[in-house]
Amino acid sequence: MQFIALIYDVEGSEDVDWDTLMEQYGEFSAGLTSAGNMLGGEALEPISTATSVRVRNGKTEIVDGPFAETKEQLGGFYLMNCENLDEAIKWAAKIPTARYGTVEIRPVMVFDGEQ
Amino acid sequence: MENNSAERKVKKLDLAQLFRAESGRILAILVSECKDIQLAEDALQDACIQATQQWPNAAPHNQTAWLLNAARRRMIDRQRTASRQRKLNALHLNCTAQSEANLESEQEIPDERLKLIFTCCHPSLNQNAQVALTLKTLCGLSTLEIARAYLCSETAIQQRLVRAKKKIRSAGIAYQVPEGKDLSARLDSVLTTIYLIFNESYSAYSGQSLTREDLGNEAIRLAEVLFTLLPEPEVGGLLALMLLHQSRNNSRSSEHGEFVPLEYQDRSTWDQVKISRGRRLLLGCLGQNRAGKFQIQAAISALHSEADCWKNTDWQQIKLLYAELFKLLPSPVVRLNSLVTVANQGNVLEAMKSLKQVESELKDYQPFYAAKADLHAKLGQIEDARACYHQAISMSNNQVELAFLMSKLKSLN
Repeated sequence: MQFIALIYDVEGSEDVDWDTLMEQYGEFSAGLTSAGNMLGGEALEPISTATSVRVRNGKTEIVDGPFAETKEQLGGFYLMNCENLDEAIKWAAKIPTARYGTVEIRPVMVFDGEQ
Repeated sequence: MENNSAERKVKKLDLAQLFRAESGRILAILVSECKDIQLAEDALQDACIQATQQWPNAAPHNQTAWLLNAARRRMIDRQRTASRQRKLNALHLNCTAQSEANLESEQEIPDERLKLIFTCCHPSLNQNAQVALTLKTLCGLSTLEIARAYLCSETAIQQRLVRAKKKIRSAGIAYQVPEGKDLSARLDSVLTTIYLIFNESYSAYSGQSLTREDLGNEAIRLAEVLFTLLPEPEVGGLLALMLLHQSRNNSRSSEHGEFVPLEYQDRSTWDQVKISRGRRLLLGCLGQNRAGKFQIQAAISALHSEADCWKNTDWQQIKLLYAELFKLLPSPVVRLNSLVTVANQGNVLEAMKSLKQVESELKDYQPFYAAKADLHAKLGQIEDARACYHQAISMSNNQVELAFLMSKLKSLN
């Protein structure tokens, strides 16, 4: 099964300095890759760079800022190949941000006939 | 003719009993083969209908095996139909289709219920869903029975179950027993669910009666099965705790249906068989030196069972156990129970001081005000006691509890 791990945190809430955090993310990514579970993953630029787009009545509306005005914001993601939810939870718990933020896991939808 | 219909009735009753006793086990096997709770339930239901039609004429020798095999066949039929409709290949089943004559074949029936318990109590399902799924699949209760027990509509329960089964399927919840260090965390979720079912039997929200023994019995049955399959000390601890609680069922309410607290219970009516079984179990578990919150709570309950009256309770030991419990379960509710123990030892002033420290955390918890009222009364502060009882009364939605609080308030005058 494919799972996406959506990584949320409050910007600036990191529990270690930036370099250490990046080192930890490097280790996590390497572990996920060598275990054969990595399908992809990226970190995102801060929410100050976000633009929200919607089309209403054929007209494109562009709004400065993120879609949801919540404290915790999407900061990055991993796409993982896991046997089941338990395996996905195990990896999600190892994502460094899980210590001070929240990681939401969602299965990727499989459409009939895709298997 | 009359004889015949009487016989049919007996057979129907037999089947209902068999279903309650064996459906959890059969269902667990079916789910392990098809990985789909809904499909397994539908197939088992088909098999039961087939049984009501065929058994009055020729009841099988091994009824469980018959039901299992008939359900397996229906499961394959249903999958074939579904896959034809969706133009998909049939999912591979771990069992082979059995021929008609094979239905009664003697065979080892494996016990797969552990997997089913861990699936139904997966922490990614919400607590209500865990409870409903467990009662439906493992205890074989109908949606109507669950709805009655939880005082909500059958539709609500049905929806809850559908959503939960859908989540199990689409969220990738595995049908397996967790291993290694995951086991203890996941086991905690299972035990919590069972204890929640048990506790529900003592709190009939806005209802009239204080206990609904069926739920209590189901919870004990579940814990018995779990303990047989997974003899972990905390499982035994929970089973012991529930047995010890249940041993006092007869004395918990008066003949007029009023709630009787432990202090005023007629100890001669306590069920000694349950007490000694609970104590034996608990001692065996504690001997393994892996105490957990259920074993400690059972130990507290066991100490109450040992005392011949309220006054002779070993409060010192209970206080120490609450301190241990607080380390594992640092909740203000545990603190409250612990300081009530301090008051029972005679240190009412000290208890009142500590009580005030947890006030902000417990301001929505009815028993807090009842406990505070009691301490005020013991200190002779009648006006304060009265105010606290009024507060507790305004927060209670259980008739029996309400009557008890009213009588306490009245006795202040």
